[in-house]
Amino acid sequence: MIVEFGHFALVLALALSAAQVILGFAAARVADVRMFQATGNVTLTVFTCVALAFASLMHAHFSSDFSVINVFENSHTKIPLIFKVSGVWGNHEGSMLLWALILTLFSALVAVFGANLPDRLKSNVLAVQGLIASAFLLFILATSNPFARLPNAPIEGRDLNPVLQDFGLAIHPPLLYLGYVGFSVAFSFAVAALIDGRIDAAWARWVRPWTLAAWMFLTAGIAMGSYWAYYELGWGGWWFWDPVENASFMPWLTGTALLHSAVVMEKRGALKIWTLLLAIITFSFSLLGTFLVRSGVLTSVHSFASDPSRGLFILVILCIFVGGALTLFALRASQIEQGGLFQPISREGALVFNNLFLTISAATVLTGTLYPLILEALTGQKISVGAPFFNLTFGPLMVPLLMAIPFGPLLAWKRGDLFAAGQRLMWAFALALVAVLVMLYVATGAPILAAFGVGLAIWAIAGSFADLLGKAGLGKNSVGVAITRLSGLPRSVFGTFLGHLGMGVTALGIVIVSVFGTETVLTMKPGDKVEVASYTLTFDDLTPFTGPNYSELQGAFHLTGKDGEAVSTLISSKRQYIARGMPTTEAGIDTHWLSQVYVSLGDNTDDGATVVRIWWKPLVTLIWFGAVLMVFGAVASLSDRRLRVGAPKAARRAAAMAAQ
Amino acid sequence: MTRKQKRLAVIGGGLSILAAAAALVLFALRQEIVFFRTPSDLTDLPVAAGQRLRLGGLVEKGSVERGQGTSVFFVVTDTIKTVKVSYTGILPDLFREEQGVVAEGAMAADGSFVADTVLAKHDENYMPKEVADSLKEKGVWQGK
Repeated sequence: MIVEFGHFALVLALALSAAQVILGFAAARVADVRMFQATGNVTLTVFTCVALAFASLMHAHFSSDFSVINVFENSHTKIPLIFKVSGVWGNHEGSMLLWALILTLFSALVAVFGANLPDRLKSNVLAVQGLIASAFLLFILATSNPFARLPNAPIEGRDLNPVLQDFGLAIHPPLLYLGYVGFSVAFSFAVAALIDGRIDAAWARWVRPWTLAAWMFLTAGIAMGSYWAYYELGWGGWWFWDPVENASFMPWLTGTALLHSAVVMEKRGALKIWTLLLAIITFSFSLLGTFLVRSGVLTSVHSFASDPSRGLFILVILCIFVGGALTLFALRASQIEQGGLFQPISREGALVFNNLFLTISAATVLTGTLYPLILEALTGQKISVGAPFFNLTFGPLMVPLLMAIPFGPLLAWKRGDLFAAGQRLMWAFALALVAVLVMLYVATGAPILAAFGVGLAIWAIAGSFADLLGKAGLGKNSVGVAITRLSGLPRSVFGTFLGHLGMGVTALGIVIVSVFGTETVLTMKPGDKVEVASYTLTFDDLTPFTGPNYSELQGAFHLTGKDGEAVSTLISSKRQYIARGMPTTEAGIDTHWLSQVYVSLGDNTDDGATVVRIWWKPLVTLIWFGAVLMVFGAVASLSDRRLRVGAPKAARRAAAMAAQ
Repeated sequence: MTRKQKRLAVIGGGLSILAAAAALVLFALRQEIVFFRTPSDLTDLPVAAGQRLRLGGLVEKGSVERGQGTSVFFVVTDTIKTVKVSYTGILPDLFREEQGVVAEGAMAADGSFVADTVLAKHDENYMPKEVADSLKEKGVWQGK
């Protein structure tokens, strides 16, 4: 009953979001107050309906209602509660419903928090959001109904895919979707502005918090997914340049560019047309990502329930939205008023530089991702484009970007002084140089490129500090004054600092782990020892263990230091999930400071030994730690007074009170 | 500089970076792509020893043998032709006889294939797309 109710709510949501589109566009045309209000109310109702549908699917999973196909295929009575919940989106149908839920949530947020938006812009935005929602709700109802029933309810479910039975799954897809779908708001604002033929600095001020929030979630989602794949797959890799990963990375690159170009537009009224185009491109990449993941047209190491017919549907949605938006752009962009002027060496110039490299790097990732598909369509040749391609093309593009990071915030708007900025970065440069020399000295035999990479990362890190401390006036004033000034700086300054610092930290982790990481594959018997960096790893024993819905062979290891002192113990196991009879590898990971020892078990050999694969991952955690810093940076920026919802109103109210 | 000159400078700068990136991409596409072959393709279109490629097919029943230490030998078949594969390392969890597999590596001089990576996805129903397509073309496998 509840399941049918959910299905009904979803159908209602589709009908209402179609109404939202018509009402929104009509309201913007006739400028009627009641119609504006109605558009907002319908938007909220659509969200409520989708939320009810989602809640009823959740209830079905919760109560293990195996008469629902979706529950039968992705759940089991014995799995822990958290995986019953995360199982809701651990499959195609459920995850598309989550997509729609988040999309309508963002529409509802625009309706609620957009009180200070001009009415016409707001209803156009809501209409475009409604259009996207209608397309995806139609997709769900037509091809991927999560509420379909089985004629005879089975007693037991088929279990959730074991790799997905992990805490990482519970949060990774929602975070990623919040990011992906969050960019729909920027897209809708861009399309609404094009329909209106009018755009100003205020537009950028409204769009920026939404973009920032989406970017924050996407950053967190990608980092989370990377770490999840790292520890769950047992391959010791944190990024494979796999199509599915690239799918989430491309909107991140252009989203980062959008974040920066919107600043130029907000502060200087320049780069208007470019910002509009970026907003369209970013969400187009989100749609492309959804298509690539859901259609399975590209071979990925990450498996998703895919179905070509559904893929075709998404491809049609993709073409309509991307094609439609770009056509509108081509027709209307020329009507938009030109922005302000600036010198090439200026804050604007630096942000253009950032945009140029980010979008071009996104284009190279796109080329590498789609090339196999295009080549196969044209010549029938089957090829794959792997990590070497991306390292060769994407890597060099990141070098000028990292070099420029410290300069950007130090250049003034309109006309900057590169020499003065360079002077303030002297000690950051000195630090980077020291890092390069130390690397060349310590790691003899390490490639010069590695030393350069470390220097570059240190440069970005030290440069971020130089900017922040320079703004606090450290060196010119006493420490006490500097601290007071530091606490008085706007939060967005800390946002920039943390974002750029995070980039440097991630880059440092990537360089160190790629150059100094080691990998050993060997057979071990209980009692065998092996050297891992400065530690000794001893294989203790292999014992069977039974979990709630799986059985496993646990290999116990212990690490000892140079002088034989015990450091820690690790458990790595080969697990067999009962319901699906599917094996998985559970890696044993031990973190020391920022580095990790990573052990994964293979098969047993005939003579009773076990194949063991051991990695030493120096400073690997910096990769994700940097992403966490970027997320904090976004939080700091979002909490900036200027961007806080209703902040101007509160200030006005206070002023009015004071006047009385 | 006039407005027009400035815009030209920005566009010119952008285009030159784009050109550099495009050159890099074209170079990398020539160097770094890996061709996909089935065992029959290999006899039809022989490749030079040392050329990197991906070999796809089914793991032949009863062909998996463990060698010294961590080395493994198995035979990849498309039911018409077979190729011997040697690999050192840990096989993926879902590597099984009579299941689809993709091995990446290069041909050795003796006509066997030396793999440095063996792929199988984390889904028990999974058949790598290239393998499924190739097997379907040859009419030996009817799946969806």
